[in-house]
Amino acid sequence: MITALLTVIILAALAGVATVATRGAPREIALVDRIDALLPQTQCRRCTFEGCRPYAEAIAQGAADINQCPPGGERTAQALASLMGVAPKPVGKEYGVVPDYPAVAFIKEESCIGCTKCIQACPVDAIVGASRYMHTVIAADCTGCELCIPPCPVDCIVMQPAPAR
Amino acid sequence: MTTTELLTGGLRIEAHKRRSTKASVRAARLIERYVIPLDQHSGLPALPLVKPADRVRMFQPIAQPAPGISAWLHSPVSGEVLAIEPRPAPHRLGAPTMSIVIANDGRDERFDNAAAVVSFEQISPAEACEHIARGGIVGLGGAAFPTANKLESSLCENGPQLLLNGAECEPYISCDEMLMRERADDIVFGARALLHALCAPNCTIAIEDDVPEAQTALRLAIEKAADARIRIKVVPAIYPAGGERQLIATVFGVEVPHDGFPADIGVVCQNVGTAAAIARWIRDGQPLVSRIVTVTGDGVSEAGNWETRIGTPFSSLIADSGGYTERMSRLIMGGSMMGTSLPHDDLPVVKATNCIIAASALDLQPRGPEMPCIRCGNCSQACPAFLLPQQLHWYLQPFDSEQLSRHGLLDCIECGCCDYVCPSQIPLAERFREAKPLLARELDAHLTADAARARFHSRNERLARLEAEHRAKLAEKRRPKGEPSST
Ligand code: SF4
Ligand code: SF4
Ligand code: SF4
Ligand code: SF4
Ligand code: SF4
Repeated sequence: MITALLTVIILAALAGVATVATRGAPREIALVDRIDALLPQTQCRRCTFEGCRPYAEAIAQGAADINQCPPGGERTAQALASLMGVAPKPVGKEYGVVPDYPAVAFIKEESCIGCTKCIQACPVDAIVGASRYMHTVIAADCTGCELCIPPCPVDCIVMQPAPAR
Repeated sequence: MTTTELLTGGLRIEAHKRRSTKASVRAARLIERYVIPLDQHSGLPALPLVKPADRVRMFQPIAQPAPGISAWLHSPVSGEVLAIEPRPAPHRLGAPTMSIVIANDGRDERFDNAAAVVSFEQISPAEACEHIARGGIVGLGGAAFPTANKLESSLCENGPQLLLNGAECEPYISCDEMLMRERADDIVFGARALLHALCAPNCTIAIEDDVPEAQTALRLAIEKAADARIRIKVVPAIYPAGGERQLIATVFGVEVPHDGFPADIGVVCQNVGTAAAIARWIRDGQPLVSRIVTVTGDGVSEAGNWETRIGTPFSSLIADSGGYTERMSRLIMGGSMMGTSLPHDDLPVVKATNCIIAASALDLQPRGPEMPCIRCGNCSQACPAFLLPQQLHWYLQPFDSEQLSRHGLLDCIECGCCDYVCPSQIPLAERFREAKPLLARELDAHLTADAARARFHSRNERLARLEAEHRAKLAEKRRPKGEPSST
């Protein structure tokens, strides 16, 4: 309870500081942030970068094209093209196929040996478990990046259609 | 008999119920495989209790509710679990969703459910609620919201009003009418169980003025039960009188706030079918494994109502109805006004399947070429949800999610009144129906993407911090003894 109160107070203080700061200098949102806002945040690295943010940085520096994100599909490529003022184009085949429907990872719990490898691979902390205990995916937090699948030594992680929200 | 006018909005539409109400409710044919989607109710998908190759009996629980809003699922037949895998589902418009597939052995061996039969007056309201949950009971009016979850939200504290919705305003659907005609006793029994579970003082059953047989049957059943708490309220057959919010406004003359729920104004609304399902569970030990489905439209040979086990493919019901006619042009689940088009008929009946329309061009609203909006205002006058359809339409092209959500697109109940009255033949409701999930998904995707970005960021920071701490420790170890640290 006390910690919760403290957090609230600290957050309120921070918010106060933040508004003061922005009021002092109303500045444009950085290009990187605007690009990052358009990316799906799947963090799957199919764009060949270490996540959405690094890809956004590469686009901002002109080091990457706008059509490298399969999870974002046509919509993201379009939005990126209009933000960057370039001609739209479909997602490059070399980066992977655009998924038909959103999916999430599912650990077949009876086979899991609790090696923790998947936890180490998950870019968004969507897996819970402890060494030598069964692991499980928090479906609501899973972005469906599939990065946990290759490291699993017993191949007990499968992709499933995402539950309706 | 009293009738009230709708407060606002709505239309009188010619009903097409006659052709499906000539014969009584018949049992749909049994088939070899039943497909039970785990997410067929609102809320979270149920969690399977069985695995492939398991033997199951009829009425046996096969999935339990996930924590939160969710529901039990039971096997409609006895047989063997073939698989738990993604299968196309009607509530997902044909997209795959995890489902339990059961092979029927044709023996209908019953699971021992003796404990299910209780005398509800002898258990506490909370226990009654829990018991209703165990029967897999969900709202049968179309939304499939788990009934126990709905009851919990207004349990007993203030003895809410119970409203049973028998106003089936969609012009083609007749499953509730048939239910009221043939199983009025079940409805009254279910009403009494609900009264107990809610500590409600009385129950109003709303029924439309154009179904006299159903009214008579219900009156008789109420008389037989001799329960003075239950009364009938006849409402005009105006579309969409049976919409939950519209019905509450008609019956109680109070409006549900746009960002609130009926419970907020002390009303709990349940479909009559739900009450009957509760009766079958509490009185007979039969969980919700079947329901009445209306099969109708000019695209099937013989329209009718079928007692259908959950998991039966649409195609089998179509075969029961004598197959398609050559005029068949579009398959719809739900009503002609608010239903959704489906790509094919290899989809299982789910708890929410109240009606299947095999529509011909005759059934579909004749529509001329679309013309520009002339700002006549007809649509906003007809809209029972107090929206401005012409404005919403304006913001669809290009898709302006901010304005659309500000103008309440998500409050649209997709009733179709607006485009029914539009002189410019603009298919407004259809566009809204398509746009709503897009908008909801967009709003939702923004939230989840923000959350994923934040977790990605905090994880990277954590890894960097651990790495730095690790390096510092290493450096500490390598430093010769006695030498002061450099920092
Ligand atoms: S490909 Fe994956 S990591 Fe790269 S931007 Fe798209 S979602 Fe993010
Ligand atoms: S659980 Fe697997 S698929 Fe889901 S976000 Fe984590 S690594 Fe990606
Ligand atoms: S990698 Fe596989 S076996 Fe290891 S903890 Fe994760 S799910 Fe279990
Ligand atoms: S805007 Fe929606 S709720 Fe209003 S009349 Fe049209 S379909 Fe019905
Ligand atoms: S009814 Fe049709 S023409 Fe009239 S205002 Fe509405 S959309 Fe425009």
